[in-house]
Amino acid sequence: MKAFRIFGRSIRDAVKSVIRNFSLSFASIMCTTITLLLVSVAIICAVNINNATKSIEDELSIVVYLDREVTEETIENIKADIESQKNVEEVEFKSKTEWKDEMSEYDDTFSTVLNYLDENPLSDSFIVKVVNVEKLSDTAEYIKSINGVDVVKYGEGMVDDVISAFDVVKKVVAIVVIALILVTAFLISNTIKLTIFSRRSAIEIMRLVGASNLTIKIPFIIEGFIIGVIGSIIPICVTIYGYVVLYSLLNGHVFSNMIVLLKPYNFVFYVSGVLLIIGAIVGMFGSLLAVRKYLKI
Amino acid sequence: MKFIELKNVNKVYKNGVTALADVSVSISKGEFVFVIGLTASGKSTFIKMLYREEKPTKGTVMVGGLNVGKLRNRKVFKLRRKIGIVFQDFKLLPKLTVYENVAFALECVGMKAKDIRPKVMNALERVGLKDKVRSFPGELSGGEQQRVCIARAIVNEPKLLICDEPTGNLDPKTSKEIMTVIDSINKDLGTTIIMATHDKDIVNRMKKRVLLIEHGILAGDYAKGSYKTNEGI
Repeated sequence: MKAFRIFGRSIRDAVKSVIRNFSLSFASIMCTTITLLLVSVAIICAVNINNATKSIEDELSIVVYLDREVTEETIENIKADIESQKNVEEVEFKSKTEWKDEMSEYDDTFSTVLNYLDENPLSDSFIVKVVNVEKLSDTAEYIKSINGVDVVKYGEGMVDDVISAFDVVKKVVAIVVIALILVTAFLISNTIKLTIFSRRSAIEIMRLVGASNLTIKIPFIIEGFIIGVIGSIIPICVTIYGYVVLYSLLNGHVFSNMIVLLKPYNFVFYVSGVLLIIGAIVGMFGSLLAVRKYLKI
Repeated sequence: MKFIELKNVNKVYKNGVTALADVSVSISKGEFVFVIGLTASGKSTFIKMLYREEKPTKGTVMVGGLNVGKLRNRKVFKLRRKIGIVFQDFKLLPKLTVYENVAFALECVGMKAKDIRPKVMNALERVGLKDKVRSFPGELSGGEQQRVCIARAIVNEPKLLICDEPTGNLDPKTSKEIMTVIDSINKDLGTTIIMATHDKDIVNRMKKRVLLIEHGILAGDYAKGSYKTNEGI
């Protein structure tokens, strides 16, 4: 009961204190708002880059051209062999006729040349999608060794470069997001320190009349929570509105159809939730750090 | 019964200044004791040691059965709840009313609101400020502010009241009134009182036990009524 009473009074005191020390509370709230806006931009970029790299990676596949003389039976055997590989996700057969039709549609010159020939010069093929793109070249090497396989194409060197570049980008973005969150924590905790500095006499009196350290800390922690939550309102609104507008302005992709943006819903709500949690936790933690300084002798 | 006991207490500050050297003294329950000495004699350190604002470098300080020197920071509140402290500069919260300032001491220890009200009114009645409950400290005179500070110190019914130069900022007439209040607390409630002061008139008039501290040493321990000189203050 006593703990509930102290907690109830702490909430009352925290709300009072945010209002009574409004100018300093306002400074802390604005500081939280600005840094959370940066965090929001970083999170949106990070998640979209991650998503784009993943969808590009998903597009990567191995094209297996078969010997021109293979029989139907051999084709089935080769397919079974490829499918038996652990790293193979999907095998799709594409006959030489399909290739011919596709190429004819693509270019008139091709169409004319191909029609001129009596026999279709193209080969039957498989399009193989893999589970793990990092093992793409190993899988391609294996397929090449199967009897009846003529040529295997998977973009060789280029694919390796793209994959390692994506890896670097992902790491850099993760570091930037973590660094921004740390900077936010530091800035908010410093601003809250100023607020608490102005109330050190109240803390001193609380200690002198026999308030336990926990009783003193709780109102400040709740105050930090309130500041963090209020400070995250504007970034949340900007995130939801800004991303929806940006998405429709860019028609859902950046530069080319290769880099597709994530659909706004429910993505913006997840980001908002993360901002709210960061604001609240950083506010509480910043307050706790600041008040601890005045609880030592 | 020994309520406060200091044994061979030394206090050396980080800058090398020795504030107290080998001080041993004991004070019984219900006593009224003045602590006198010149500025920088160590009497403030002596007083601060009793409510654990300072820790002894050597020796032991026992207050109401608690070893103050060994008390951890987060356990200090256990000692503070047993004592009331009155300061020269009042230390009132300017944004709280008189009532709220006194109630603050009880709210901090988690007392129920319905139990707080009669206690606060009782304490304010004792110091003669029952009609000022809604005033803010800024609207009160120095003497009245000191009364609020006393009310806050006694509202929790402490066994020990520590007064650190409570009349230092007050004129002689107001000082006399404040001393009457403090004396009545000692007589009516049996509260042990330790008071640091510069005011020789008060010390001479009240005829209580006097501890004289000079250069960090306990230079004299005068029994009730035996101290009658202006020297050393």
